[in-house]
Amino acid sequence: MTGSAQTPSQTVGPYFSMRLSGEGENILTTSDDRIVIEGKVIDGAGSHIEDALLEIWQAGPSGRYAHPDDTRDLALEPGFTGFGRAASAFETGEYRFQTLKPGPVPDAEGEDQAPHISLIIQGRGMLNAVFTRIYFSDEEEANADDLVLRGVPAARRGTLIAELQEGSDPPTYRFDIRMQGDDETVFFDF
Amino acid sequence: MTTEPVIRHYGPKAYSDYPPFSYPDYKSTVLRGPSQDLLTIVQTLSETTGPGPVWADISEEDADLTTNAGTGQPAIGERIIVTGHVYDEDGKGMPGVIMEIWQANACGRYVHWRETAFPAPLDPNFIGVGQCITNEAGEYRFLTIKPGPYPWGNHPNAWRPAHIHISILGPSLGSRLVTQMYFENDPLFPHDPIYNSVPEHARHRMIARYDHDVTEENWALGWRWDIVLRGKAATPFENGDSE
Repeated sequence: MTGSAQTPSQTVGPYFSMRLSGEGENILTTSDDRIVIEGKVIDGAGSHIEDALLEIWQAGPSGRYAHPDDTRDLALEPGFTGFGRAASAFETGEYRFQTLKPGPVPDAEGEDQAPHISLIIQGRGMLNAVFTRIYFSDEEEANADDLVLRGVPAARRGTLIAELQEGSDPPTYRFDIRMQGDDETVFFDF
Repeated sequence: MTTEPVIRHYGPKAYSDYPPFSYPDYKSTVLRGPSQDLLTIVQTLSETTGPGPVWADISEEDADLTTNAGTGQPAIGERIIVTGHVYDEDGKGMPGVIMEIWQANACGRYVHWRETAFPAPLDPNFIGVGQCITNEAGEYRFLTIKPGPYPWGNHPNAWRPAHIHISILGPSLGSRLVTQMYFENDPLFPHDPIYNSVPEHARHRMIARYDHDVTEENWALGWRWDIVLRGKAATPFENGDSE
């Protein structure tokens, strides 16, 4: 082997959709309880990014992850993996996921975190993946107590909150991603 | 079933071995990487879990790209075996890791609607995508066609070295990796900003080596490439315990 040092990252390039983000990979559920998360990926010049790969990872409505490490005695939604992929649209940079709203997951101190979805963004021209979180605008109280959100400078917190669109059915949340600039989305290292 | 989840704390990402977000020789990086510092957060179950295990449960191997176009005819080009291990940083093989690949055909042509500029032929018997799931020892194995070099518009007379794109879903969000595998001694290495965006000391980790022990008589040449994902084989502990 090549030593036990991490293999470095490379861009997904322009052709990742040959394999990643196949049809239906952005539809995690067709349940009556489904929500929609949609938005646009935007570059440092304000132009849409026409070839971004977005991946979400989330707990189910009970707050439990479909993962062997999550051994908590909570319900798992049958057939719900919590993983989805979408590509931004070539013409508009828009992406869309149909999923379930996640329940609370414990933080490092064992307290509930506000409901959130982990989001990985890659694309042509991105040599590394970036990681962020999607929170929900109708969880004001939980958001105010969330350890991660509290660690984000107040002026940038809004970049992590998906806005519930009034009157939308199914409930639809808007979450734009800005790769650079004054209103750059907060990206995490962990 | 317990009431407390298992929290495995992963060691840091090796940023000094990774490319920078902005690498001006690769022009489209300049406007697409974060310009502000990443914000460090404490790992929780959201970061220490990931889609690999559940995705592996519902996925199947599709590891022979020389026939998976389903036409009944073999793909044209130099048939190769690409094999190796996926390890953690302690050198322990990682089972159940999903590896998805996509690549150009023997002529350097991708099967993608956006590829219109390069007048190289498509092969109706090659779709250029496949999937493996590592076995108990962390091994994977693909049978495919050696991809050709491929021109791109980054700078005058720009050609990518032959490469295979690989997406890897390990056990945690932190071990998510997409990279490219190259073939040793490619004469295009010095000319490729994507390859050279990785610090020099770490570039060799993306290069497959010819391995005569993998080569099969009268069938295919063998290439070996090992991958190391972020993560030590750390002792898990219950949430709420102190380190």
